[in-house]
Amino acid sequence: MTPFSDPSKTSKFPRLAALWESDLGYDFRQSRLVMIATVIFFLLILAALLAPWIAPMNPYDPASLDIMNSSLPPAWYQDGFAAFPFGTDDQGRDMLSATLYGLRTSIIISILGVALASVIGITLGVIAGYFGGIIDTIIMRVADVQLSFPAILVALLIDGIVHTIIPSATREDSAAAIIVLAIGASFWVQYARTIRSSTMVEKNKDYVSAARLFALPSTTIMVRHIIPNVMGPVLVILTINFGLAIITEATLSYLGVGLPPMQPSLGTLIRIGQEYLFSGQWWIVAVPSVALGVLVLTINLLGDWLRDVLNPKLR
Amino acid sequence: MLSLIIRRLIQSFLVMLAVTLIAFIMFRFAGDPVNQMVGVETTQSERQTLREDLGLDQPTIVQFGHYIGRVMRLDFGMSFQFRRPVMDLLAERLPATLELAFVATLLSLSAGIVLGVYCALKPRGILSSLLQSVSLVGVSLPTFLIGILLIYVFSVSLGWLPSFGRNGLVPVTAHWSTGLLTSDGWKSLILPAVTLGLFQMTLIMRLVRSEMLEVLRADFIRFAVARGLPKSRIYFRHALRNTLIPVITVVGLQIGSIIAFSVITETVFQWPGVGLLFLQSVQTADVPIMSTYLLLIAFLFVMINLAVDLIYNAVDPRLKQKNRT
Repeated sequence: MTPFSDPSKTSKFPRLAALWESDLGYDFRQSRLVMIATVIFFLLILAALLAPWIAPMNPYDPASLDIMNSSLPPAWYQDGFAAFPFGTDDQGRDMLSATLYGLRTSIIISILGVALASVIGITLGVIAGYFGGIIDTIIMRVADVQLSFPAILVALLIDGIVHTIIPSATREDSAAAIIVLAIGASFWVQYARTIRSSTMVEKNKDYVSAARLFALPSTTIMVRHIIPNVMGPVLVILTINFGLAIITEATLSYLGVGLPPMQPSLGTLIRIGQEYLFSGQWWIVAVPSVALGVLVLTINLLGDWLRDVLNPKLR
Repeated sequence: MLSLIIRRLIQSFLVMLAVTLIAFIMFRFAGDPVNQMVGVETTQSERQTLREDLGLDQPTIVQFGHYIGRVMRLDFGMSFQFRRPVMDLLAERLPATLELAFVATLLSLSAGIVLGVYCALKPRGILSSLLQSVSLVGVSLPTFLIGILLIYVFSVSLGWLPSFGRNGLVPVTAHWSTGLLTSDGWKSLILPAVTLGLFQMTLIMRLVRSEMLEVLRADFIRFAVARGLPKSRIYFRHALRNTLIPVITVVGLQIGSIIAFSVITETVFQWPGVGLLFLQSVQTADVPIMSTYLLLIAFLFVMINLAVDLIYNAVDPRLKQKNRT
């Protein structure tokens, strides 16, 4: 995917044009709201990934903090400075930079969490659907039980259990991994259910029987033959789950069981900022809150739209 | 029917057993309880006696059996952090959570039904479409963000309502003091209850709206209109009644998540309930409280699901038929 090299240039643009002309593209052009949401979403993702390069300062480098700049209001106030467009916190940290870095942490952790959830879910779903019988029963029973609990509670409990099992000495390093694990373990059910039901349809088709006739090992049949054919609905679940993962990560961090303050995500920034709400420094909590709110809203809009367009049956 | 009940009961029992096993494993990883109970000057032999008294020298499976026995007797051990029995702590905190959950449910039900009916009766109205879009935002935003927004508007800017804590308590019994009898108590309850109930409210509103729109298209409504019945009678007597059946199911299922989400709401507003207790125990690795909360929530959810399953089967004859064959 290098847009500037010659061979891909010829093949890429027709493809993009085809996508633009397709049903999906037509639906996309019909809805101004979806177009705006898409633009904002990609701007946020881009800003988050490029945070170290576009942020005015590294908010977690003590050398860049100056106590003289502490608690400055946003630039449009009389006491504000253009250098700190959204103000600073009590340590002179630029809120724009802190939010960009927080956005980055939140998005990376959520992507990893959703990736883990989909890997667990797809694997268990294919295994359950392909083998059936007692394996299927066990996996699906666990899924049923887990689905009856809210995901955020499961994530919170997993977080608590892992923290108990792993001594507190390693907490600081493993905090991000624990959140990824908590998200992965609480969102896998939906993938497993979807993949299982389509696997049960696919496994009776002729191409799978042919592969069996060749005496291919079950793993090869599942990975090379069935999975590519059942991945369709996963895209929609991925988008919706990404929004939920962002919320879960933010909530866990807000509750203080998430990331340590050394690498704050949006939720941690909001938790810290809430204390300044009463002293009138609303921007410390408002800037990360708005970033989180806009991110979640655009993802949900896109997820709903994708679901409606790709799978009208779900409507 | 009987075989179904037995099957569901066995399933629920297995789930509770699995959850109890997880809670037990948490205890095993929490370190040696003997070390936490004795002082520095305790001799090795005294430790050994204590170990035998506590049954810690027995095989793991026997210990698990003892643990189940203690759970059955509602003896959940001592909190590491508070040095008090977990059962007492829970009994102290439970009224706060239950009051919050009750008021939140009531609020979401009444507001959700009223707004949903309005949206269904005036589907093209400006207020309806406004409510629809606002409810979409309400569903999307994380609970704690809504709580903070409410605090900013009603506590910090307007100064109408307190932003945290549970005030104006009046003791009713030895274990239960309520905030529902004083205006201070209600004032501090409003913001947490709205925050907790908002998600459910939007859910109920959307459900009532879509169900009601469906019912209004049904033949018996057309017939009622043709008979010339007064509008209010058609809407509230005939249409709304038929709408409420799915609503009741959803509300029943949502009671569990209201309790679960109260962890977040209680943290935002520092509401001294069970959820806040659980969160503090996660932060301080207070295993007895954590495992008890795990058991409590699991029990609650298993019971709700069991009840919903059985009621469904009792109410819906199609399911009954399917299970018989």
